Amino acid sequence: MHSLAFTEGDNVELALTDDQELFRATTRQFLAAKCTLAEVRALELNPDGFDPAWWRHGAALGWTSMLVPEADGGGCLSGNGLLDLVLVAEEMGRMVSPGPLVPTNVVADAVARSGSPDQRAALLPGLVAGDILATWAIAEPGSRWNTSRLSTVARPSGDGFVLDGTKSPVEAAAQAQHMLVTARTDAGLMQLLVPSDAEGVTITPLEGLDLVRRFAEVRFEGVEVPASAVVGAGRAEADVERQLQVAVSLQCAETVGAIDRVFDMTLDYVDNRHSFGRPLSSYQALKHRFADMKLWLEACHGTATAAARATGRGTDDAAEVVSTAKSYIGSRATEIVQDCVQMHGGIGVTWEHDIHLYLRRVTVNRTTYGTPADHREQIAVLLGL
Amino acid sequence: MKNDFEDVESFRRRARAWLALSMPRVQGEIDPLWDDGRRQRERELQRKLWDGGFAGICFPAEYGGLGLSIDHQRAFTGESLPYEMPFSFNVPTLSILAATLVDLGTHEQKRRHLPAILRGEEMWVQFLSEPSGGSDLAGSITRADRDGDVWILNGSKIWSSSAHVSDYAMCLARTNWDVPKHRGLTMFIVKIHQPGIQVDQIKQVNGSMEFCQEFFTDVAVPADNVVGEVDGGWEVASRLLNHERHAVGGGSPYTSGRTVAGESLRPDRNLIRLAQQTGQAGDGRVRQMVAEGHVLQLVSSHLATRITEGISSGNIVPAAGSLTKLFHATMFAQRAEIGVEIAGSDAVAWPVGGAHEARQIGRMYPGRQTMSLGGGSNEMQRNIIAERVLGMPREWAADRDGPFRDVRTNTSPSRPNG
Repeated sequence: MHSLAFTEGDNVELALTDDQELFRATTRQFLAAKCTLAEVRALELNPDGFDPAWWRHGAALGWTSMLVPEADGGGCLSGNGLLDLVLVAEEMGRMVSPGPLVPTNVVADAVARSGSPDQRAALLPGLVAGDILATWAIAEPGSRWNTSRLSTVARPSGDGFVLDGTKSPVEAAAQAQHMLVTARTDAGLMQLLVPSDAEGVTITPLEGLDLVRRFAEVRFEGVEVPASAVVGAGRAEADVERQLQVAVSLQCAETVGAIDRVFDMTLDYVDNRHSFGRPLSSYQALKHRFADMKLWLEACHGTATAAARATGRGTDDAAEVVSTAKSYIGSRATEIVQDCVQMHGGIGVTWEHDIHLYLRRVTVNRTTYGTPADHREQIAVLLGL
Repeated sequence: MKNDFEDVESFRRRARAWLALSMPRVQGEIDPLWDDGRRQRERELQRKLWDGGFAGICFPAEYGGLGLSIDHQRAFTGESLPYEMPFSFNVPTLSILAATLVDLGTHEQKRRHLPAILRGEEMWVQFLSEPSGGSDLAGSITRADRDGDVWILNGSKIWSSSAHVSDYAMCLARTNWDVPKHRGLTMFIVKIHQPGIQVDQIKQVNGSMEFCQEFFTDVAVPADNVVGEVDGGWEVASRLLNHERHAVGGGSPYTSGRTVAGESLRPDRNLIRLAQQTGQAGDGRVRQMVAEGHVLQLVSSHLATRITEGISSGNIVPAAGSLTKLFHATMFAQRAEIGVEIAGSDAVAWPVGGAHEARQIGRMYPGRQTMSLGGGSNEMQRNIIAERVLGMPREWAADRDGPFRDVRTNTSPSRPNG
């Protein structure tokens, strides 16, 4: 097997605090020791895609604490938890790591911001400790990631609501104990916390592209949910937008970590591979393609950072910056990795070579939480078109 | 009030108040095809900045600047967006030539020129490219020969912006023909309007008369006008080019307000207007294209921020300014394509005197490659990125090691009549 040399790479944030440097280094060392690419490959046949004990260890390092206030058992490093958490996302991208980092943290953030005291007490300590998992059920087969066209409905019934509809794909739905379900009501969007084992919930695992990232289809058929399960008061549109921004910011950071690693390993490869008696890296035709890839890679780094900063600070232009990052990175990342496959020659399309693990991951990230085209349409709306 | 310790937010508030009182607001679009009247106005705008205590935010206080941080400069730029700014003082005078002078000029050179530049009295240009070869700067055949206290300059330079209305240039000339090409060059400060220098304007496909060609005939340049070392001009040129790439990409700390090229600081809305004016705002295909053009602008600014921060913190090599430059150039071409695609035939035939966005897009299209050529072609930027940022092997060159007098060059330019 071609294993990857452990290389130092740029991170999303260039200027890190000492705490952040330590946090990143700890995560990097942990992943290098406890989640090698050989282990990622071995998890392909594991129905959950990851080891719960391993996830708890990651949680102990802080992977699920950063968006949760100290009062609820969490705590961040820099005062802006998202800017800390993207460091983990990027490291996980570099190792195509398993683990439901994005959905777990999205739900933790949503509950920490809008949840009732009971909801916070029920979920946050367990999420922070890594003992329980939660996921966000948002996409639907018909509307995909467009929240204005959801068909899953929550109808008032007695003291609570009845939930009907189908969500798919839902990351780690078969592994999570709790789902945050975004549904439509007559008065706009509503979000409800639903236990995965509730009566009327059917979870059907899907097959998929990523070797370790699991998705499932979740059907809700007459699922009775108490009013106490509703997250936040009033319309949930703003919460949903925030959740998308958090999800996309983390996803972009993960993708950037993945392409950074692929680029480094490909550069190493062309330096060491010879044809016609010269290193491949000496051909100007290839040098110019590497220059272009470096350009796109650095642009991806820059826009991922901008997205994390805007989301983390909650700036007015966060929606625009996040959609910009997603639409750019989403398609550039797959192009970079495909081009790196080309640079490898035939070995690049073998199962044996690790590059396909990365190609799978960045393709999954390109399409989930909205495609680049979806986000461009969102930008057109924001531009007033 | 020049205070090293003034915090950024206080500086920002002070700038906001001052700008509102002192600087004219931008009225409509400023014509991108420079005219000479515009240059005079910019001298006056730069003088206003000086009088108001906002000129040269990141320049050393010793030479008339404010000696403040890049965060102060960014805060000022952010506040300055609604106002008319001395764009052409920003590029190239402040962000390229003055920046190089800060790095490598003598104390006396800095004392003589930097305050005058910051007061709007000296506009500078670069005399680098030659008609005998654009990308191969170190192959310069313009010569300077020592004669007592002066150097005698002969030859020709080209592609200098607005030299005809500028005051000084940094001019790269060959001073030693017996050493390899990079080691026989010297950088000079040259007063443009003096006997022996003829300046001709060049008309470009978009109608611009911005660029010039200069012809030097026995021009005497004082010996203390050498920047850096004699025969060490390539180091000065390299520094200058780093500043240039950075400036063109919109990432320079030395500007006052946005740069001409740095539309990224305030995204250009021309594609949005175009979609609206042509009644296509509801067309999904057009919406995708407008959004794509907008994304490129924002990402360009995100990249510039990353590279600027990375270079100032030492995490990224200065040659990475080529990334900002290349992104900006390719973005410009991509946006031109998007514009023509959306405008359709409105970009090629328009009513006389109309102010339709499609007209501007059509007029600018023949000059689409300008950004991909000026300031080092895209191909040169790719070489720099590959070799100096990524450390890939250098291209083979026939002229690297031997004396320059043995190197085959293109014909020496001759001076036209006049």
